Amino acid sequence: MKSSTARATNTKPANPVAESRLPRTREQPTRKRYISDRMLSPIILSPAMTLIVIFVYVFIAITIWVSLSNWGTLKVDMSIRQPLGVTYQQMFAMTRWHANLRNVFVFTALFLSFSLAFGLLLALLLDRKLIGYTIFRNVFLFPYALSFIVTGVAWRWIFNPEKGINVLFDTLGINKLIEAFGGPPLHPGWVTDTTVLFSLNSWLGGMFPPLKSLSIQLGIPMALIPVVIAAGWQLTGFAMSMYIAGLATVPHELREAARIDGASELQVYTKVVIPQLNPVTVSTAIILGHVSLKIFDLIFAMAGGAGPGFVTDVPGIFVFDYTFKATRYNLGAAASVIMLLLVCLIIVPYLWTNLRKR
Amino acid sequence: MSILPSGIRAELPRKFRDYVILGFLILCLLFFLMPFYVMIVNGLKEATSVSVSTMWNLPTQLSGGGFVEAFQRLGPSMGNSLLIAIPATIISACWGSINGYLFSKWKFRGSNVLFALLVFGMFIPYQSILIPLILFLEMIRLYGTIPGLVAVHVIYGLPIVTLIFRNYFTNIPDEMVEAARIDGAGLVRIFTNVMLPLSLPAFVVVCIFQFTNIWNDFLFGVTILTNPQAQPVTVALNNLQGSYSVDWNVVMAGAITAALPTALVYIFLGRFFIRGLLAGSVKG
Repeated sequence: MKSSTARATNTKPANPVAESRLPRTREQPTRKRYISDRMLSPIILSPAMTLIVIFVYVFIAITIWVSLSNWGTLKVDMSIRQPLGVTYQQMFAMTRWHANLRNVFVFTALFLSFSLAFGLLLALLLDRKLIGYTIFRNVFLFPYALSFIVTGVAWRWIFNPEKGINVLFDTLGINKLIEAFGGPPLHPGWVTDTTVLFSLNSWLGGMFPPLKSLSIQLGIPMALIPVVIAAGWQLTGFAMSMYIAGLATVPHELREAARIDGASELQVYTKVVIPQLNPVTVSTAIILGHVSLKIFDLIFAMAGGAGPGFVTDVPGIFVFDYTFKATRYNLGAAASVIMLLLVCLIIVPYLWTNLRKR
Repeated sequence: MSILPSGIRAELPRKFRDYVILGFLILCLLFFLMPFYVMIVNGLKEATSVSVSTMWNLPTQLSGGGFVEAFQRLGPSMGNSLLIAIPATIISACWGSINGYLFSKWKFRGSNVLFALLVFGMFIPYQSILIPLILFLEMIRLYGTIPGLVAVHVIYGLPIVTLIFRNYFTNIPDEMVEAARIDGAGLVRIFTNVMLPLSLPAFVVVCIFQFTNIWNDFLFGVTILTNPQAQPVTVALNNLQGSYSVDWNVVMAGAITAALPTALVYIFLGRFFIRGLLAGSVKG
């Protein structure tokens, strides 16, 4: 800036219109000024970038260090624990950690299928633009504006074993129907239920005998189903909005052309429109997938924590319990590093392709 | 709050298929409204008439129900949440607008790499920075204080606000910057005189988005503000449902109360909310 003011004495404004629009600028743009402005950009950005480097990257490095350290009590001890990485080894031998990994993968798979399929269905039905379009769309997205804690509190009561949905099973006669077919009445304990559906243990054990000694049941924990429904209730609207935005970019001519070629209305969607939405599906799956790997608040509010037999335990809860309740900082840090790695696995390729494109 | 793209009129159902679609959408509407029904109906009941079997029934008498007690119990923490969310939102929006402007209009060697490093920060699980963050806040004596939490929200909000502003400014033609530069304006004046007057929509989007995110935060609140007098409303609500001395009509009324500010923002400014969400937004 200084150099340009020095030059300003011997230059006269060449453009009177520009002069009137920006009256206080007296100097002509010069190459030097341009260069000083170029240098100004990184200088103004540096406070924010410094903070990000410290609060994200340096802090991650410190967490990795803590996960390798002896700091397993209230007393801070940053010395490296020998042999290297033994905390991770211990964690991967824990039954609770196995339940964790099972839960987070089952939850992610169910939650993603639920919200993507439901979101796509709603977007396609709304695409017909029938009366009430605005109301439907706004109500479907509304839960997204709420806190996971509010969602958890509401759904905890809806899935209360003695009240809620189970009362509806009785009053709507669903249980009578099941009993008529000889089945036991439906009274699941929901988030406190320790049943694991579709257990794969004996099948896997038959294929790989070492898996027979697995300490947990592989399958779908019943307790996760209410959490999937609550999370789907909250985030289906997000998937729907992404699909509606994606549908707006599918040219109308394309659909018209397919109709003229004799495609049925269903075929127009399955053969023409939905394939065009693949990129939307990928980015929505990545964004929702990383949310579900990080899930913490919702389970904390809905199940209060890890639950009986760790049926609702996920890495977010595990980290919280070991860091802030049991003060085993190295173990909590190790679990958080694994969480970060899982998130990186899907986010880094996503960012790489997205930012290169621009 | 019409969010329908202009030029499209909603149609009345004509064929049988349209009635099937409409019927299904109404069923979905009931599913999405059901938790609100449960919260409102039971929040409005008196403690004596809230019982196991009548959860789905309407209240028999009209009164404040659990709302009076919920307001009393959550009032102070609602205040805390406002004290956290409003300053953090304003600071991060202003700071983000400058960063977004520079990343879109004043690129330099390596600026794209820096931008990628910045954006990565919004995806990390915050569990993986909590231990050093708390040690650091203790060191600078901000641990357990509202200003400390404001600072945390501003810093970890930088990636998303910068991203939204950068995407917004990228759509403003470079020719406007060129023209202003030929007219003699520098980097700072182009921002204050050309870009800022154009960026009101982006500010609205960012403010709504940040306010909602910060209001809804739980993890930072529960780990950094351990003092009950300073805790945000999400933490207070979770404690409310965990305490055995509180009837659940109060918990339901409390959930509605805690959701009210972001719900109102959504109802009145939903259009901008959707734009923020599509501008590369993430929840969590």
